[in-house]
Amino acid sequence: MKIHETDLSLEAWRGFVGDEWKNGVAVRDFIQANYTPYAGDSSFLVSSTPRTQKLWDKVTTLVAAERIKGVLDVSADIGTSIIAHDAGYIDQSLELIVGLQTDAPLKRAIVPNGGLRMVQAGLEAYGFKLDANVENAFALYRKDHNQGVFDVYSPDILACRKSGIITGLPDAYGRGRIVGDYRRVALYGVDFLIKDKKREKSELDVGEFSETILRTREELSEQIRALAELKQMALKYGFDISQSAKTAQEAIQWTYFGYLAAIKEQNGAAMSIGRISSFLDIYIERDIQEGRLNETAAQELIDDLVIKLRMVRFLRTPEYDQLFSGDPTWVTESIGGMSEDGRTLVTKNSFRVLNTLYNLGAAPEPNLTVLWSVEMPQGFKEFCSKVSIETSAIQYESDDLMREHWGDDYAIACCVSAMRVGKQMQFFGARCNLAKTMLYAINGGVDEKSGVKIAHGFTPITSEYLDYDEVISKFDAMMDWLATTYVKALNAIHYMHDKYHYERIEMALHDRDILRTMACGIAGLSVAADSLSAIKYAKVKVIRDENGIAMDFEIDGEYPAYGNDDDRVDQLAVWLVETFMDKIRQHKTYRDSTPTQSVLTITSNVVYGKKTGNTPDGRRSGEPFAPGANPMSGRDTNGFVASGASVAKLPYEAALDGISWTATSTPDSLGHSIADRVTNLTNCLDGFCGANGFHVNVNVLNKDTLLDAMNHPENYPQLTIRVSGYAVNFVKLSHEQQLDVINRTFHIHS
Amino acid sequence: MLHHVKSQGIISPACVDESGKLSGFVHSFDTGGAVDGPGMRFVLFVSGCQFQCLYCHNPDTWKMHNGKMTHVDDIVAEIEKYAHFLRFAGGLTISGGEPLMQAYFIGEIFYRVKHELKLHTALDTQGFLAEHLEDDWFENVDLVLLDIKHINPEKYEALTSKPLQPTLDFARRLSAMKKPMWIRYVLVPGYTDDVDDVEKLADFIGTLQGVERVEVLPFHKMGEHKWDDLGLNFHLKDISPPSPELLNRVIGQFQKRGLFTC
Repeated sequence: MKIHETDLSLEAWRGFVGDEWKNGVAVRDFIQANYTPYAGDSSFLVSSTPRTQKLWDKVTTLVAAERIKGVLDVSADIGTSIIAHDAGYIDQSLELIVGLQTDAPLKRAIVPNGGLRMVQAGLEAYGFKLDANVENAFALYRKDHNQGVFDVYSPDILACRKSGIITGLPDAYGRGRIVGDYRRVALYGVDFLIKDKKREKSELDVGEFSETILRTREELSEQIRALAELKQMALKYGFDISQSAKTAQEAIQWTYFGYLAAIKEQNGAAMSIGRISSFLDIYIERDIQEGRLNETAAQELIDDLVIKLRMVRFLRTPEYDQLFSGDPTWVTESIGGMSEDGRTLVTKNSFRVLNTLYNLGAAPEPNLTVLWSVEMPQGFKEFCSKVSIETSAIQYESDDLMREHWGDDYAIACCVSAMRVGKQMQFFGARCNLAKTMLYAINGGVDEKSGVKIAHGFTPITSEYLDYDEVISKFDAMMDWLATTYVKALNAIHYMHDKYHYERIEMALHDRDILRTMACGIAGLSVAADSLSAIKYAKVKVIRDENGIAMDFEIDGEYPAYGNDDDRVDQLAVWLVETFMDKIRQHKTYRDSTPTQSVLTITSNVVYGKKTGNTPDGRRSGEPFAPGANPMSGRDTNGFVASGASVAKLPYEAALDGISWTATSTPDSLGHSIADRVTNLTNCLDGFCGANGFHVNVNVLNKDTLLDAMNHPENYPQLTIRVSGYAVNFVKLSHEQQLDVINRTFHIHS
Repeated sequence: MLHHVKSQGIISPACVDESGKLSGFVHSFDTGGAVDGPGMRFVLFVSGCQFQCLYCHNPDTWKMHNGKMTHVDDIVAEIEKYAHFLRFAGGLTISGGEPLMQAYFIGEIFYRVKHELKLHTALDTQGFLAEHLEDDWFENVDLVLLDIKHINPEKYEALTSKPLQPTLDFARRLSAMKKPMWIRYVLVPGYTDDVDDVEKLADFIGTLQGVERVEVLPFHKMGEHKWDDLGLNFHLKDISPPSPELLNRVIGQFQKRGLFTC
C-alpha cells in the first residue's frame, strides 16, 4: 500500500486566525474567524475539465445500466461496516477524491444491524442471495434493531401500522436524519477527535454509575472505536487522516472520508452531509492565495466530490420504494445563509457546488438546499434562480426563520429538518395521517377501508349531515388517541435503534451533550383542512354502507379551499398543526427529547392517499394527497403567490421540523425572457421568505416534457424534478408517482 | 371604409350594488402573474369584451355576466394582502376581457391602488374604447400593454370582428402623452405571420414614443377547451403554435428597428 505523501513542511493551520477553535472542537468558530464572504456574481465560474467529463461519463454508463436492472450489484457476502470492504474506485487514474461504499461503484452494501428481514427482502427483490454466514450470525448470535422493535410493539401500534394511519416508521432499517460534523475530520484530524472523546468519557466517572451514565460511557467507547476504524478505512485508500488536512484537496478528502464512514455503517433514509461548502472554501481560498490551486482545479475538486455524492446507494425493498420513490439518499448539503453578525455565509464555493449542476448536468443528489435570506447578496440569489429555472434541482429554506432558532451553523437533514451541526440530532418519526384520523373520528375508530376497529373506546357520528362542532370534538379526541399511540411507537423504535443500530461514527462527530428532538410528522393536512372547511361552510351529507361506516360524502354548496390565502380555511390548517403538536407535547418522549413535527410527505402522499377512503372535501378514495403542506392539486386557483401565502401561515414554532411546499411553474409563465424569469423568481423567493414562508421546492418545467419522459425514459436520464423535500430523477419514479407529479397544480399562463 | 360606419362601442355605465358601493364584473384574479407587465403582477381579469378574436384564450370572459359582481373595496382589500410583495416585485395589471368596457370601475381601482397602496399599475387593452376617455383618466395607469392584433385593417377585422383604426389612434395618443407602452402581438401562423404585415406593424411602432418593449406572444391552444365548454367553434383548431424559426424571424423584424423585443 502506497501512502499518499503530503508536503511535510506544510503546517495544517498555517494562516488561519483565531484561538478558541484550536483548543477544543469548535468548527463554527473556525469558520467565523476564517471565511471570506463573497458578494459578487457567477462570472468567475469555470466549466468542467476533460478529466472530469471522462470520469463522469464512466459513471453515467454505470447509472444507465443500473436504471435497467434496478440494482447494479450487491455485496451480499458481507454485512457492512466502516472497514468491511476493500478500497473501491471508478477509475483510480482519474479520481481526485476517492472512496466508495463497497469495493465497486454502485455496488450496494447490506446493513443487517438495522434489520435482517429488510436485507433479505431487498436481496430477493433483485435476485441476490444472502450469505449463509451473515444469516447464521444473526440467527445464532446477534439481534437486530427490527427484532428489538417488534419485541416491544403493542397491538394498537401494529394495528396502526397495518391500517396505514401511521406509515414509514424506521423500524426495519436505519433511522437516518443524523448529520455528523464531517468537517471535524479535516480540521482536527482523527487523533485529536479521539483524544477529545476520551476526555468526554473520563468526565463521566464521578458519582454513581446510573443507567444514563453507563449508556453514555458505552456509546463514547463505541465512538472512539469507530474513529479508529475511520482511520483504518482511509488507510485502505492510502491516506493517513490521523492529523489535520493541510490542503484543500485533503480537506475535501478528509471530510468525505468522514461521511463515507457514515454511509458505510448506516442506511438511514436520509444521510445528509451537512454544511460543508463554505467551510471548504476556507481551504480553497488559502490554496489559491498560495498558488497551489487555480479556479479550474478548485472546481475540479468540487465536481469530483459531487460525483461521489451522486453515487451513494442503499439496498431497499419494493415497499420502501413505493414510499420514498426514486432511490433517494438525501445527501443534503446546505448552502449560503447569513452569519449572526450580519455577514453573508455565501462564499465562492457556494457557487461552485451549484455549478456542478451545469458541469455534470442536473441531478437529484446531492440534495442541494439553499438557506435563503433576504439579506443574501443579489449575485448569489440571481444565480440560484437561474440554476433553478434551468435545472429544477434546488430547494430553498428560510435562513431568516431558522437562524433565530438554530444559530448560523445548522444544516438540513433530509428535506426540511434543521439541526445545529454536531450539536443536535433527531429521532426520525415519519408521519401519521390526519385525513384518515378524521375519518376514524367520524367512524368511531373503524377503518373505512378494512372495516376493522382500530381505535377502541369511541362512538361514531350517526347524523345524516356532519355537524362541525361534533366533528371537531370527536376529531380532537381521536388526535389524542393517535398521538398516544404514535409516540409509543417512536419511543420503542428509538430505544431499540440506540441499542442495536447505534450510529457510532456519526455520533463520534457530535459533541457528547447534544439536543435531541423527537421529530413527529403529519400527512394529509390540506385534505383535513378542506374537509373541515366543507363541513363548516357547505353542507356535507354522509353516505353510509350497511355496517354504518361512512363510505362517501355529498357536498352541498361551496367551501373555501386551503391554498387561496383565505383565512376562513387557512386558519383551520393552522389549528390542525398547532393542535396536533400540542397533543404530541403531552407525552414523555424517549431520552428526554424535545418533541417537534414536520408537515412533509416526501413521495408518501401517494401511498397515504391510496390507503385513505373518500374524504368530506370531495377527494375520492385512493386519490393521492397533496405533498407536504401543499394545497390539494387544482384547488389553489388564485395563483402561486396566494398559494404560498396560505402555506406561509403555518407557524414554524408548531412545526420546528419543517413545513414543505412544492411549487411548479412552466418556464413561460415566469416571464418572457430569461432575465425576467430570474428577476421574478428571485423576488418571489424574497417575498415568500419575507412572509415567513419556510420551504419551497422550485420546479420550472413543461408538462409536455414530463409526458414525453414517461414514454421515452431513455432520452431523459438526468431529468430532475423536486418533489416534497427532495429531488428525483423523474424516470425513476413509479408510474403512479409520475402521474401524481403531472397532475399537480402547474401554474401556467393561459 | 367599412370600419368608419361601424359603432365604436360603448363603455358600460358605472354600476353600484344595493349598498351603493361602486362595483364591477370580475372574472378571476391571479396572484402570481409574471407575463403581464414588469415583474410579478396581481392580475385582475374583468369580464366583458366586444371583440371575438379567433385566437382568444379566454372566451369565457367575453360576456360581462361571465364575471361576478364585486365591490371595488373588496378588490382593493384583496390586492392589499400582497401590496408589500408587489411593491418590490411588480404591481397590478388589469386585464380581461377588455378592461375598458368597465372604465369607471377599473379607473377607481387604479386610483386607489396607485394612491393608497402605492403600486405600479398596468392596463392590458386593445384600446378600442379609449377614445371615450379623457387624458387624465390615464394618470393612474403607469404602463399600457397595448395589443395590436394586426396592422392590416381588413385582416384585423376578420380576426377580431372590430375595426383597427381606434387602436392605432390610441397608440398615437399614448405616444403624444409620452405614456410608457408595451406593444403585444400574438403570432398566429397563417394569420399574423406575413412578412410584409409585420414590417408595416414594425414601421408603425417605430414612429411611436414611449414603447419600452414589443412582446411577440406565440399562439397557443391552452384556451381551446374553453371554446368547447362554451359550445363555440374554435376556428384555429388545426393551427399549430409558431415554430422557433418563425418566432425568431418576427422578433428579428422588430429588433431591426431598435425595438426591445422578446
